[in-house]
Amino acid sequence: MAMNNQGRDSTPHSVSVTGDVVTFTGNKALQQEEALIFEMDNPGAVGVDLPEPVTVKTRLGGLSARAGVGLPQLAEPDVVRHYTRLSQKNFAIDTTMYPLGSCTMKHNPRLNEKMARLPGFGDIHPMQPVETVQGALELIDQLAYWLKTLTGMPAVAMSPGAGAHGELCGLMAIHAALDARGESHRRRVLVPESAHGTNPATAAFCGFTVDTIPAEENGRVSVEAVKAKLGDDVACIMLTNPNTCGLFEPQIREIADAVHAAGGYFYCDGANYNAIVGRVRPADLGVDAMHINLHKTFSTPHGGGGPGSGPVVLSDALAPFAPLPFVVHGKDGFTLVEHAKDAGEATPFGRLKGFHGQMGMFVRALSYMLSHGADGLRQVASDAVLNANYVLASLKDVMSASFEGPCMHEALFDDRFLKGTGVTPLDFAKAMIDEGYHPMTMYFPLVVHGALLIEPTETESKRTLDQFIGTMRHLAEKAIAGDLAHFQAAPRLTPRKRLDETQAARKPVLRWVKPVPQAVVAQAAE
Amino acid sequence: MTIRFTKDHEWIKLDGGVATVGITDYAQNALGDVVFVEVPDAGKVLEQGKDAAVVESVKAASEIYAPVDGTVIEGNAALGDDPSLVNTAPEGDGWFFKMSIKDMAQFDALMDQDAYKSFTEGL
Amino acid sequence: MRYLPLTDADRSSMLATIGVDSVDALFRDVPDHAKLPGKIAGLPDHKGELEVERHLSRLAAKNVTASSVPFFVGAGAYKHHVPASVDQILLRGEFLTSYTPYQPEVTQGTLQYLFEFQTQVALLTGMDVANASMYDGATGTAEAVLMAARVNKRNKVILSGGLHPHYREVVETTCGIMGMDIRAQAPDWKNAEDLSALLDAETACVVVQTPSLFGHLRDFTALCDAAHAKGVMVIVVVTEVVSLGLLPSPGSMGADIVVCEGQSIGNGLNFGGPYVGLFATRDKYVRQMPGRLCGQTVDADGKRGFVLTLSTREQHIRREKATSNICTNSGLCALAFTIHLSLLGEQGLVQLARINHANAVTLADKLSAVKGVSVVNDGFFNEFTVKLPKKAAKVVSKLAAKDILAGVPVSRLYPDVEGLDDLLLVAATEINSVEDMDALVRGLEEVL
Repeated sequence: MAMNNQGRDSTPHSVSVTGDVVTFTGNKALQQEEALIFEMDNPGAVGVDLPEPVTVKTRLGGLSARAGVGLPQLAEPDVVRHYTRLSQKNFAIDTTMYPLGSCTMKHNPRLNEKMARLPGFGDIHPMQPVETVQGALELIDQLAYWLKTLTGMPAVAMSPGAGAHGELCGLMAIHAALDARGESHRRRVLVPESAHGTNPATAAFCGFTVDTIPAEENGRVSVEAVKAKLGDDVACIMLTNPNTCGLFEPQIREIADAVHAAGGYFYCDGANYNAIVGRVRPADLGVDAMHINLHKTFSTPHGGGGPGSGPVVLSDALAPFAPLPFVVHGKDGFTLVEHAKDAGEATPFGRLKGFHGQMGMFVRALSYMLSHGADGLRQVASDAVLNANYVLASLKDVMSASFEGPCMHEALFDDRFLKGTGVTPLDFAKAMIDEGYHPMTMYFPLVVHGALLIEPTETESKRTLDQFIGTMRHLAEKAIAGDLAHFQAAPRLTPRKRLDETQAARKPVLRWVKPVPQAVVAQAAE
Repeated sequence: MTIRFTKDHEWIKLDGGVATVGITDYAQNALGDVVFVEVPDAGKVLEQGKDAAVVESVKAASEIYAPVDGTVIEGNAALGDDPSLVNTAPEGDGWFFKMSIKDMAQFDALMDQDAYKSFTEGL
Repeated sequence: MRYLPLTDADRSSMLATIGVDSVDALFRDVPDHAKLPGKIAGLPDHKGELEVERHLSRLAAKNVTASSVPFFVGAGAYKHHVPASVDQILLRGEFLTSYTPYQPEVTQGTLQYLFEFQTQVALLTGMDVANASMYDGATGTAEAVLMAARVNKRNKVILSGGLHPHYREVVETTCGIMGMDIRAQAPDWKNAEDLSALLDAETACVVVQTPSLFGHLRDFTALCDAAHAKGVMVIVVVTEVVSLGLLPSPGSMGADIVVCEGQSIGNGLNFGGPYVGLFATRDKYVRQMPGRLCGQTVDADGKRGFVLTLSTREQHIRREKATSNICTNSGLCALAFTIHLSLLGEQGLVQLARINHANAVTLADKLSAVKGVSVVNDGFFNEFTVKLPKKAAKVVSKLAAKDILAGVPVSRLYPDVEGLDDLLLVAATEINSVEDMDALVRGLEEVL
């Protein structure tokens, strides 16, 4: 029998090394150090093969062609490896639980991606004749129907580019409606102190003054506190519901009625709509306008910070002021109203964005809605709330829950349980990273001290939640037991340890600059 | 030379006809590492309690209010290059601006050193 | 439901841990009248992947795609070839399903590509510094106008008649509500306007576009000099960013802020969005710049790393005193831009730009030869204006019926302005073959 017996050992050596592992390259196996693309310049290499242009006499209107841009050159394999390696330095929903409160990091179905890439959606131009894009307009119309039916609202503006842009849309509609009523003196906007920072920023952007409503002891806004601020100069209230503490506002209908009675409008920040979709219709709460972050409620990808999409549902009072463009279904199919003169009875307040809105996000959101259906979307809200309450119930004996009773889609803790340990919420969060979890939201909302806001979302299994709860309990007990050093040194296992944000802000370095060659430096010195 | 303090943790030091304004050690401690300071230009007319300068740390941005009515004589250009002076020498080289005072009664009504000390102890 | 991992057994045991009988008990704060007893009426139940694919594919099939016909549509969005590896990398879950990089230790991937993106944008535009992207070119332009007003504390804005009308409308809507005095000039299809005469001590900024909506090219050096002499900022808008491979950079002409629509590099047409706004300025204005910024720093071991920085300008800290209300950038589209531009490199970008220009020149010559058709432009990059003997909208419609997408009638963008009905914007890129161009010529000859 001929046999290759020069085989490898099949059991590991029994040698163990403790402490930090130092390698020649700085790489740590799967964790690769990676230069900037500009530092990898390989002059002469190409990443695309393009034909020679046909020979023509250039017609640049008297301008001379540019001398150069200064970009590096690399072949495709190097570019692909570079960005693949960069990707491996990120936490993502695909690889880990990402319980970032208020951000709703839920699973992003890949069917949505496939649908958005159908050439019939991805390869059509916004300025093609409308008769060649009937399917695209029909898709926008169908998505609008879903959004209106789910929220109970009569109209929706589709073009805003993200949630904050949707807020701007809603407040501009309110601004326009007040002007149309001849009540341009109404310029005060009521915003609870627990609100997202975007709310006051948006109100100020529209020329409104911001008047803050204090939160009650129980994390809610009371109708009395709102009534105390009402007056004939109030334009609207901006209320997040469920609010940023993860609580449903029980007096929301009374608040809406009081604001309406005082002649103001009710803008609802729909950032947390995912907690109630399919179970509560915002129309039944007295809402006049609400933006919907398609990534939070309808699973479009977060993409490291966009692109988003923020359609705004509107009440009858605000619908006539919705921005251009919008889709109309007539007897000859779908048309696109792009100009005020074609808007009929409506008086659009203007235009918020180039072209017609975030079509790629619309396709993904509709794909998600069709997948879930009316039954599944109701279950989405139920499971999101169930998961958050399970986390709350399982941790409230070791961590300090900020409020009594059940929460909605996110569980809010504060730093009382860390008192005397020296461990800050930031230290605690960094220790979670070493355990393989993206941290929760910290220090927001501002109404509690050292906030820790956990939003598991409906797409985490009970097994994942149990592991997470076990980890959080372990860390809380470790902190309380006095192992301060463990927290202050965290994270230890990431490609980079804690970064110096002070240096970054004091001496901003916001781009790569080509180093001056040594020879030139030496020459200059002479 | 007389020094007075505001409830917003600014100090104002009067020397001859010129008052120098900055933030207190208590304030720089609360802010953390200062990364940027915007000081007013000479000639700017200030109104007590209104925005006069901006100070930013990594996590927060705060307005510095004019402690009294008056006119800016000079902003501290050194803070542009080295904002950390606010942390290292808040009541020295980390001053924000010099101003003339319009109404001495406003200055006299501010807290003196002892009053400010008991004010911060009560926080 | 395939996206919901909880089983009924899980739900029961979790409810027991919480100590309530049903999920309904957790919704106790919802007013009774607003509690829906069951699923919302008027919507279908859940569907499997196959059914969803069929539903959406039917809608997609009703549209005429750019790749399937001779295609010359531009006006602010351009059909270019995007290398296959761009989308493959984009689809990596670590990029696709990550969030804003607030925890830098576990988002160095996103932060480093943003740093590379900012560098690329600064190089392309010839400026010092760029942000991590805006929603799109139009919103970026409105942000630029607001920034100029913050810098010089003036209130008047002059918009060139060569600016894309959507951009003009977004500026009018967004800056109008802030009370700015916006002076939009008449459509400058003849490339004849003189903006320097309009500048005065109240003017915050002047906004010009190159190539203009009508495809015209100009050297803005003199305008920048005239503006700076009066303390006016110059905002240069570029809607076709590939042009920067061939044309002098706005920075070299003296621009103070440059805003581009970045769609052309890395991003598909997508019926108008999502796209990516590029935003660049001079170092001295960086603290007045809107949007996210990524900066270089070191970690606790002294190794180079990246963080979001100067965030005190942003809404989550400054609230009503923020420079802008924007939270998001256009992350994935910026990533697509960065990867595609890295693949192109110096040589590829320049060559791509030359091919675009050469194809446009070829097409312009062919169209000039059609009876009754004339090319308006003296100079252009990859798009130009032609004057037709008939209404352009009707011609475009008739050609669409022949499966030729000929371009954008100017009247679609300017329905209220007389004298523009016979003008058509025609774009040619690297995707257009000589056969495509000949098909357009034949089609025009038939319908004119």
